This record gives sequence, C-alpha cells and structure tokens, in this order.
Amino acid sequence: MSSQPLSLPKRMVELEIDGQPVRVFEGQTILDALRKLEIATPTLCYGDTLQPANACRVCVVELEGARVLAPSCSRKAEEGMRVRTDSERVRLSRRLVLELLGSSVDLSTTPVAEGYLSDYDARPERFGPPAPPDPARDRKRAGHHIEPDGQTAATVAGPVKIDNELYVRDYSKCILCYKCVDACGEQYQNTFAITVAGRGFDARISTEFVVELPESACVYCGNCIAVCPTGALMFRSEHELREAGEWKPDSQAVTQTICPYCGVGCNLELHVQDNAIVKVTSPDDHDVTRGNLCIKGRFGYQHVQGPRRRREE
Amino acid sequence: MDIHLLDAAPTVAERVAVEHVLGPPAGGWDGGIRDSERQGHSLRGGGHEARSRRHLLLPVLLSVQEHLGWISPGALNHIAERLTVPPADVYGVATFYALLSVDPRPPRVIHVCEDLACRCNGSQELIAQLEEHLGAEGELNADGSGTWLRSPCLGQCDRAPAAMVTLSGEHPEEHVLAPVTAQQVLAAIDGRPVDGADPVTPLQQAGDPSLQLLARVGRVDPVSLDDYRADGGYAALRRALELGGEGVIRELKDSRLMGRGGAAFPTGVKWEAVAHQAARPHYLICNADESEPGTFKDRVVIEGDPYSLIEAMTIAGYATGCEHGYVYLRGEYPQAHAILGAALEEARRRGYLGPDVLGEGFAFDIEIRKGGGAYICGEETAIFNSIEGFRGEPRSKPPFPVVAGLFGKPTVVNNVETLVNVLRVVLASGPGYAETGTEGSSGTKLFCLSGNVERPGTYEVPFGTTLTELLELAGGVAGGRELQAVLMGGAAGGFLRPDELDLPLTFEGAREARTTLGSGVVMVLDDRVDIPRFLQRIAAFFRNESCGQCVPCRVGTVRQQEALARLASGRTRGGAGAELALVAEIGQCMRDASICGLGQTASSAIESAIGRLGVFGGAA
Repeated sequence: MSSQPLSLPKRMVELEIDGQPVRVFEGQTILDALRKLEIATPTLCYGDTLQPANACRVCVVELEGARVLAPSCSRKAEEGMRVRTDSERVRLSRRLVLELLGSSVDLSTTPVAEGYLSDYDARPERFGPPAPPDPARDRKRAGHHIEPDGQTAATVAGPVKIDNELYVRDYSKCILCYKCVDACGEQYQNTFAITVAGRGFDARISTEFVVELPESACVYCGNCIAVCPTGALMFRSEHELREAGEWKPDSQAVTQTICPYCGVGCNLELHVQDNAIVKVTSPDDHDVTRGNLCIKGRFGYQHVQGPRRRREE
Repeated sequence: MDIHLLDAAPTVAERVAVEHVLGPPAGGWDGGIRDSERQGHSLRGGGHEARSRRHLLLPVLLSVQEHLGWISPGALNHIAERLTVPPADVYGVATFYALLSVDPRPPRVIHVCEDLACRCNGSQELIAQLEEHLGAEGELNADGSGTWLRSPCLGQCDRAPAAMVTLSGEHPEEHVLAPVTAQQVLAAIDGRPVDGADPVTPLQQAGDPSLQLLARVGRVDPVSLDDYRADGGYAALRRALELGGEGVIRELKDSRLMGRGGAAFPTGVKWEAVAHQAARPHYLICNADESEPGTFKDRVVIEGDPYSLIEAMTIAGYATGCEHGYVYLRGEYPQAHAILGAALEEARRRGYLGPDVLGEGFAFDIEIRKGGGAYICGEETAIFNSIEGFRGEPRSKPPFPVVAGLFGKPTVVNNVETLVNVLRVVLASGPGYAETGTEGSSGTKLFCLSGNVERPGTYEVPFGTTLTELLELAGGVAGGRELQAVLMGGAAGGFLRPDELDLPLTFEGAREARTTLGSGVVMVLDDRVDIPRFLQRIAAFFRNESCGQCVPCRVGTVRQQEALARLASGRTRGGAGAELALVAEIGQCMRDASICGLGQTASSAIESAIGRLGVFGGAA
C-alpha cells in the first residue's frame, strides 16, 4: 500500500481548447489539458519525471491574446484561457521545428520522429544536402564561425564517442533537449558530469574540457540514457547490435524484476534479445526511484549471463 | 557535495587572479591549505557557504581571463574548488561568453569590430589588411605575443571603425581605439604605443539648452561628485524622499514614462508591481548590456554623467524597496566601467550609497557586474542567470521578473536611459514631464546616429520629432551622398526607404509604420552600402549571439543565414522566389516559437529589407 500525503483539495481551472471546454487542476499545464482531451501533441524535450526544459518548442500552441505561441509542456493552464492547436500558425511552427531538427540532427533512432515528420509534412531536405561534419565542433569558440555559402545545410554531426565499456554518446543525434544534463545534475543524480557548453548552433553536451567519461565525474548510473529521447545516449550493447544490423526490438522480451543488489528495491525492466540482456530500464511510475537506477542496477547484469553461471546441460 | 576535480593544478598567478575576487581561501574545503592545528579543521563544512558564492563565478572567470589571457584547466579546476561548483558547470559557463577563452590566447588581443556601423566606415578594408599582414583572425604575430579577433558591435559606432585592446598580465588593461586604422591595430598587436586610445568624443549638441538627459555630458567632470551637486545633482533624490516611495511611483505613472530598452513597457507599472510584492529582498538591475549593433547612448550617459545613473538607481531602490542594485555593464565598455566604478566609490565614501543613505534611514548600494561578451545577456531574464553564475540563457516567462527574477526574488530591470529619465520625472512632476513629447510617448529620446551620417553621435530630441529633422540635425548623409536606406532599431529593427523619412519618432508612429524605435539606433546607409552583404552580417550576428537553448533560434538563425548566402550569390535552390518563401517561413517560426526576444526579432531587419527595400526582388 502506498500512502498519499494529505493536502488541501486542489482547485480546478476551466479553459477552452479548440472550442472544447476542459477542466484541469490548478498547476497543471496546457499539455495536461490537451492529453485529457486526447488531442495528439508532439513532444521531444518533454517527458519522464523531469521538469520541462521547454527547449524544443515542438509542442507550441496559440493562446488568444498572446503575441507569440506558448509551449504547452510548461505553460500552466489558467482560468478562461482560449487555446488553439489546429491553427496555421501552430502547424507552421511545429513543422519548421521538425524541419530544422531533421536537417541538422540524425533522427534515425528517435522513435517518434518518423510519425511527427509525416504528420506535419515536414521536409527537412529542402534546406539542402547536409554539410560535411565539422571536426572542430567540440571546441568551437562562442560567437565565431566561418561564413557558409549556403550550398549545404550545417549539421551537428561528429564521430560517436566510445570511451567506456558501458554506454556510447553519439551527439550527431542530439537535439540538445537538456534532459541528460538535468538528470545528471540537480534533478536526479547530483553528479554534474556533463553540461551544455558553447553557444548557439555550436552548443553541445560536454564534460569539462571535453575530457573522456572515465576522467570525468560520471558515475555510470545511466539515468541520462534513460531520459535521452533520441538515442544519442545508448547502451554499448545496443549500439554494437545496431552497428552489426542485429538490433531487433520486435523480438525482444521485457522482464520486470527487482534489482538484486541492495535493499532499496528498485524495479528493473530487463530487455532480452536472443536470451541475452541487451538493455536495462526502470519504470517512471515507481514512487521511490522515478525511473532512476545506479550503475549496479543499470549495468550490473553480467552475472546473470556470464559463462560461470551457465549450467552444464 | 563532493565534486570531482580534474587532475590539474593552478599556477600562483592563477590563484592570485582568483583571490582578486574571492579573497584567500578559508581552509582546506575551498582550495586552501589544511591546518591541522586549527580547531575543527577536519569538520566538513563551508560547502554551503562556498556554493552561496556561485554568483561570483563570472567575475572570477573574468579576473582569470584578464590576468592570464585565458582560462587553463588548472585555473578552471581551482575556481570549481573555491566555489564548490562542478568543473563541467564552470566549463559550460566559461564557453558561453565570447570574451572568455578556454584555449590559450596571447597576452595582447585586439578585438576588431566587423559589425554594421563599422562596416559603413571601412572595417572590411581594415580587416582585409590585417588578414594580409597577419593571416586569419586568431593567428599569432611574429613573437607570439599578440593576435586579433573579429568582434561584434563594440558600441563605438559614433567613431567607427573601432577596436578594443585587451592586455593581460599582472596589471591588466583594456583600451578602446576608435576610429582605428590597420596600422594602429598592427602596432597594438606588437605592443608598440598607439596614440589616441580611449577617446572622449564631444557631444554634437553640446551647449544646446534644451538638453535634458545629456545636459551635463561633456560639461562637468564625470567623476566629481561636487561638480554633479553644483549642477543640480541629487535634487531629485531629495524631492523623492519628500514624495515618499508611493509618491514617486504615482509621479512615474502620471508621467507615462516607457522603458527605453526596446520593449516600451510603462516604468511606473513595473515599479509598482515590485514595490507591492511581499517576498523579500527585492532587487534592482540596471541593464547596461547595451549590445544592439548601432547602440551607444547608454555608454555616453555613463561616461559623461555617471552620478545621474547612481542617483536614479537610488530613487528606484527607495521607491521599490530594493537594498541592492546591480549595473550589468557590457564587457566591451572599459571606459564606462572605470568612470562608473570611480563614481560609485566616491558616492559610497560620501554617504550617498551605503547602509544609511544620506542619514535618511534606508540602505542602498550598487555593484557593477561586467558582462563577458554575450548580446543575449541584455535580455532581462538572461541577466539573472548571468549574475547568478549560470549560462546566460533566457528563462521562460511567466513567471515575470517583477514576481520572480534575480535569485527568484521580485526584480526591477530598467535600461540606463529609462532610469536617468526618472530624475526628470521626479523634478518636473509626472504631468510636467509628460508635457514634452506626444500623448503616447512622453519625454525626450536618445538616438544613436551612425553609419554614413555627417555628424554621428548621440542626439536627444523630444518624442514626435520627425526622422527628417533628426537627420538634418546630424548633417544628413556624409559627404552629401545619396541616401539608400535607414536602419532603425539595430539588427533587431527594420529598414526605412528614403521616401519614408517623414516618420514621427514616437512609439505609436513607429508601430503604425510597422517599424520600431528599438534601442534608438538610426543607422544611415548611403548608396555605396551593399545591402545583401549587410544583411548577411545581420544574419551572422544572430547566429553568433543565439544562446542555443531553443530550436527555432538555434537552427533557424543558421538556416536563415544559409538562405541569404544563396540569395546573395544567386546560387539558389529553386529560384529566388522559393528562397524568399523559405526565409519568410523561418522568420515566422522564429518570431512565433522562440523563447525570447532575440529569436523573435532575428528575422525582422532581414524581412523588412526584402519587403520594404525590395532586396533580392522582394515586393517593395
């Protein structure tokens, strides 16, 4: 039995979305109201149990009387608000955000990208063919760049960073949603191994002076991987299977269990492919861990499938 | 909190540079020596105290940059340890600012402006000469002791082209060279003496009895408090004390004074909102991060009449219940920094600032916070993050600053020009002040005339003056050449054609003409200016200055720049019409969906050039 803390009953606010009235609790967001009405709304940087960073702007909606569009993920619902989600302005901004991302970031492992791009008729290719990767991207100076000729579209592409046994970082796939930084920092882990460095289009996720993870403060809890919406952060096992063309999510089984290491009792979801654990996640709706794990729960599964464990048949 | 540090130690000089801001470390916890004789030496403590000084992160980084010329891993590590801020976080902040470098730089760096007004005054030719003699920006000179870098607008547009010299070492120096020649830049890079550094440019309107805000500029010794008082200074504070805080706010509301930073929000309403907030403390920030290309009026006020700003801030602090005021001054204003710093010290010494101002029973003091080279930090919520020691990224609103601003507390943010207007309001009364100007725009306005104009400079005229009259005051187009266009409001503003000069300079007039007064930029472009190249510079500026937080601005500014490059070269994708449609769509997305005003205005000048001037075959 889980107990709920007693608190004053919450007030409701009523607003109107695309002409339909809806009531939500005071403090809930426009997105909560949209979901209550089952109005499909794209989100990229929103999710898990993190506070909304409202950086991607793909969930914007039109508020009557406002000069600019508002991010539905973080704007609180207010009494009497009149919201439009189906206007030309909303569709244009959402489409452009998807095109801007699609033209600069590799969205091939972002699960929702394909659907969103087709829902909004987004054509990222209209900005031109991708520019070759910029080898100096990790050390770009703020406020300086070489002027482009416009014949190719700049991207965030760079080599995959493989500097440890547990997970890889492929920032070619990074939409800079800030979730990994928030998870590593004050919202989850309080480790602060990574940060957003640089500015503007050159902003990137980095350790101090771009040191490799083993030299950084990283404790390999993998909570950044759990919140990454694009697959830029990935278990090394998944990365290697994908490279080999053997990643088969459809044939994977997910087994729920309890982490065997300590008394906290974190829930684990073991993703098993061909009788081997290839990835470990944890459910967001667990009141203690809220989707978080430590290095042992996240990566310490080798004993289950190590050679010494196998029984002689 | 345990923080994981790099394996890198600071040099003695780096430690000293850090101690310039933080003082010596208290003990082993914050990077000092462990003293086992001292009682309680082994207790873990001081972490909270160290972290509460995070707001000193940018000042410490600037100190190391100024003394050492760059921020080495050892120095960064030491700063992290002293403030108990993780090294990655320090790195994220350090790489946000253009004036800071985490890669080695030589002791002498000359920042050469390549922005709009300097472009009209030969900066491209100057830069070409530097490239010919020294190679691309960042290349070292013969003995490796100096280099040059391209810089965005340095706010010296009235004496363009401009450069800023930074000399690192035990006694760091910063100087302005304006107007500057390639020979002078080359001499400065090699450390040879350069004449005419740190110029003082007289007002074009000097002696005009109608001047209100600029009345003292050039006439009194700016750092002499006695001169200021002899010239009517501090009469407004005395009057404000008679009126009381609520009285001051009432006069302000009656005066209909609107913010001069670009957004034109009613100042009295803002002050009242903060004054009535229950949460304490309240903070006051003077936004002097004047970085809009073509803007330099606040610099002229601070350099010429710093006490007027100090007095106005004191009144603001009194009326809104703030005990602590910050002047967030852009990092590229060394003269203004020195003058304001000296004036503050004098005001404090004489009891005009401090725990009991003039014995009147209220406390107020002012601290200068220097920027690190980031246009975005002029955005009012980005200032908060910058002062607090975080990356200068704007916050989303709501909550608004009057409710939750600096350190999460109610905060007044006003531009320099807005604040000095408060003195006129208090002295003349609200209705008296509003007699000048028009119904919708009361008072006088400072305009920054630059580009190809005969007499560039800061001009003060009553609202309602037409653009034609203002241009006549400044002598018209330089050399009697033909006018091609006027850029109003800077890179975030818009263009006007020569047949649109009868525009009355008021907020409502600008709105009606679908342009903006913005920060008061009036940049005159003669027939020689290559507008497509000029637009590419505007696009490059926004790409460079975007903080990178939201997608519309971070990627949109790049795609806008790429499309302009194709249009300018004629190598379009699917013809000019298709490119113009693309530019319009990118512009609309940035305007509608960006977090802050930077992204929301990043396309406005470009779209106005297409729509109004007919550039690239747009509809004129």
